[in-house]
Amino acid sequence: SEISFDSKGFQVFTFLWMGVNIFLFVWYYFYYDLGDEFFYTRHLLGSALAWARAPAAVLNFNCMLILLPVCRNLLSLIRGSFMCCGRTIRKQLDKNLTFHKLVAYMIGLMTAVHMVAHLHGVVEQQQTGRIRQTEHSSVRAGGRREHLDPQQIPTYFVFTTIAGLTGVVITLALILIITSSMEVIRRNYFEVFWYTHHLFIIFFAGLVFHGAGRIVRSQQNEKAHNFTFCKDRPEDWGLIPECPLPTFAGGFPKTWMWVIGPMFFYVCERLLRFVRFMQTVHYRKIVMRPSKVLELQLVKSGFKMDVGQYVFLNCPAISQLEWHPFTMTSAPEEDFFSVHIRSAGDWTDKLIDIIVNAILLRMGVDGPFGTASEDVFDYEVSMLVGAGIGVTPFASILKSIWYKFKEGNPKLRTRKIYFYWLCRETHAFEWFADLLCVLEKEMEERGMGHFLTYKLFLTGWDQNIADHAKVQVDADTDVITGLKQKTHYGRPVWDKEFEQIRKENPTSVVGTFLCGPEALGKVLEKKCAKYSEVDPRKTRFYFNKENF
Amino acid sequence: MGKIEWAMWANEQALASGLILLTGGIVGVAGQFRGWQFAAYAVAAGVFVCLLEYPRSKRSKGTSVERPGQYCFTVCVKAFGPLTRNYYVRAFLHAAICVPGGFMLATVMGCVCLGIASLIYLAAAIRGEKWMPILPKVEVKAPVETMKNPPQNPPPRPPAEFRRKHVDDLEGAAYDNPMSVTADE
Repeated sequence: SEISFDSKGFQVFTFLWMGVNIFLFVWYYFYYDLGDEFFYTRHLLGSALAWARAPAAVLNFNCMLILLPVCRNLLSLIRGSFMCCGRTIRKQLDKNLTFHKLVAYMIGLMTAVHMVAHLHGVVEQQQTGRIRQTEHSSVRAGGRREHLDPQQIPTYFVFTTIAGLTGVVITLALILIITSSMEVIRRNYFEVFWYTHHLFIIFFAGLVFHGAGRIVRSQQNEKAHNFTFCKDRPEDWGLIPECPLPTFAGGFPKTWMWVIGPMFFYVCERLLRFVRFMQTVHYRKIVMRPSKVLELQLVKSGFKMDVGQYVFLNCPAISQLEWHPFTMTSAPEEDFFSVHIRSAGDWTDKLIDIIVNAILLRMGVDGPFGTASEDVFDYEVSMLVGAGIGVTPFASILKSIWYKFKEGNPKLRTRKIYFYWLCRETHAFEWFADLLCVLEKEMEERGMGHFLTYKLFLTGWDQNIADHAKVQVDADTDVITGLKQKTHYGRPVWDKEFEQIRKENPTSVVGTFLCGPEALGKVLEKKCAKYSEVDPRKTRFYFNKENF
Repeated sequence: MGKIEWAMWANEQALASGLILLTGGIVGVAGQFRGWQFAAYAVAAGVFVCLLEYPRSKRSKGTSVERPGQYCFTVCVKAFGPLTRNYYVRAFLHAAICVPGGFMLATVMGCVCLGIASLIYLAAAIRGEKWMPILPKVEVKAPVETMKNPPQNPPPRPPAEFRRKHVDDLEGAAYDNPMSVTADE
């Protein structure tokens, strides 16, 4: 399920996060730029002190956050407890990856500011031209490390301090993580991305020790030694009662306090994934569907799912560390769960090849995850739109609706479904077409032929008319032939469709659900508003913004 | 890890290194740090590396995604022939370029990052990878006059049952093509 940036709730959340970032930056900037205890430190470092400490605070905050969005099991747990609290919060949790990336960019940006600022600070300390000649030796000695030689080159200073060394190492780790996380690398060479990403262990280890050297020092006895009075008479320090020698001490390193919680959660998360992986998963049935789509029916004790959710599959024989997400295509009423895997990269290709040769690979399953869309059962009339690969969760939903109907499940209020399937060509989804035909047949056998109305729109038709010549008319595509009466070429004319639904259901509330591109979502939302009657006794369309 | 093209990662790393080198150089020059001459060098080196690395290579397998506006850079880089095509050359070039950056604190980061990029390029070169330009496909377009009005509707086809060949009724299975078929001139 692809996440988009546009939804309002996520925008609000992002604004809040940005607000905290800005607040932290400004607050700590002025804390270090105006604080009395840093007067002498500022004398040595200039504005570099504040410019280095402000991003450091933002870094603490974001390094705390970065691990949390990828704790999918933890998020599942929270989601569970928010079950009754409204869907907005739960949907936010599904935008985890987008948020993780945002936080990562902020960390990168702040690291750059922090480094440049410290660069200036370190160099300013060293360049004798900037140090005033009247400066008292106690400031020089106390305001920075005692045995520092002002003639030393800055590079040596950096590499012989804990802060400098850890700083360089973790920045390097961060750069390598970022370059290997670029979309090109992530999508095409997943292993490079995944293994390099584990440099985050070095990042966090170095980060925790980064402040251990307590290099940023503040004056401890500002009450006894008032800098406003004493700063201009360094020759009197230690000789008059108003100006004892200033004493300094380094700041207590605080980063560990920010990150230790999330680090602990993440360790738990990885342990949980391992535990789930070790749980036995049985193959109930394996079916090779047309167009190289593999259907796996799996059984795992204690596994409970909801419609539209997804699982992560891991196959150590192919890759020890990769977990790949698949939307489940089975209904919760079934005593197994299924996924339909189609060739979409190295991992899926290998899996299909091996299983086709009747070798049963050990499989680990993590999940289920994702927002369950229970609203789907609440509407008297449901309008379901699946575009392209977005059709997959509807396999689960349609099956579940049909099971609930057969069982007479009171949770199901649906009496009529309109299903719109949009795709360029049905090539990779013949299994879904098969499912539709099977459902249709069952409904007709019970005299419920009007329960489900579905239409298939081959949108690829628009683009290249010659493509139609490629559609094979032979026995293998009987299933498609069966859908031919309901096949339309080109995109749906939504006005017509909404008109038809309104005409056929003059007094109902219609729930509209989409799994597909955002642009289509906007169109549907507009149509829902347009065709909803003000009169509550007449037809009303509700567009459900949930993305499966 | 059979299908990994190391050059793709080396390219991202080298581009990032170029930017870091450039930034460090600017900071060094602007701050008038001691050894600012190295910083000035880093600015030039950073720009050079960015220009060289901006155009992405064509992948040997799969679709290649261009960086925005990379076409002119591709043409320039391609003009150097084997010098830019060969990754051994790039590996050694980056290794050489990065060295002066190590002499000044502001540019040390760029130096190390570029050094790492150089190592990844070396790995790519050993595996026989090459830089290939992404060029737009030259399509042979039919002269415009013969395409006045493309058809608005799909050609009418009888339903599938009719199109399927019935062995016992060959004549009945045939259908009239609505448009006359002529050979291309």
